[in-house]
Amino acid sequence: MPDSIRIRAQVKNGGTDIHVLMPHPMETGFKKDAAGAFIPAHYITDVDIVVAGRTVLKATLSRAVAEDPLLFFRIKGGHADDPIQVSWVDNWGGRRVDESVIKAAV
Amino acid sequence: MSGSSAPPAEPHLADAICRETRRKFLLVGGQAVLGATLFPTLRLRAQTVQAGLNAVKPAFGAGSLTEALRLLDADPIPSDDILLTVPDFVENGAMVPVEVSSRFPGVQEIYILSESNPFPLVARFSVPEDTEAFVSVRIKVASSCNIHALVHSEGRFFSAVKATTVSVGGCGA
Repeated sequence: MPDSIRIRAQVKNGGTDIHVLMPHPMETGFKKDAAGAFIPAHYITDVDIVVAGRTVLKATLSRAVAEDPLLFFRIKGGHADDPIQVSWVDNWGGRRVDESVIKAAV
Repeated sequence: MSGSSAPPAEPHLADAICRETRRKFLLVGGQAVLGATLFPTLRLRAQTVQAGLNAVKPAFGAGSLTEALRLLDADPIPSDDILLTVPDFVENGAMVPVEVSSRFPGVQEIYILSESNPFPLVARFSVPEDTEAFVSVRIKVASSCNIHALVHSEGRFFSAVKATTVSVGGCGA
């Protein structure tokens, strides 16, 4: 089972900065193992990010996104303690959902 | 929470595609046609991969930038209002930071494409109204090439391009 999604969301300059790190091998299928056999392609295809019940970003990824995808984006508004939920699906049908809350501005 | 144990849906034909792409760079004109005739199996395998991907998300299965744009039905207008940040030089093509932001109103989508990749379309972000037109992500780049950012705003596509030099390609990563 893949590691949990790391979510960091913080109110900043009237909006909210959101950083999401999704541990995943993101195998392209182009790489060979020590025995010379291809390592099967295995990568996240879809990511949904929801803040307080509202979808704030939908990402469609390919195998060309680097290992352990790290996304950074900003939303307008957002309040401290708003729940944030991140979910992903990969090309093998694997999925993972994790939640956090927005932190107050420093 | 996860059940990712199923075998991959597609066969391992990536190497064929990688070689196919490299050959396209090396061969010109009639030689390319000859190459394709001499290696029909490789060509067929590459086509099978594309067909598999096409069923789901057409543009992600495109084998060239032109094909990807055609499938997206995009004829982008180059624009200075898109800020595309990519390092001029990167050592490791497996982890290239890319940042895209735009000043256009009503941005609906942001696309990132890498010209030298076997499948140039790298990622697509759907940006709702209350999200700023800004995204940062790390991508794999096969070899030194142009990185393209495509912004879909009010029914039109705008683009920005930036070249990057990669010393070790991210194809095998």
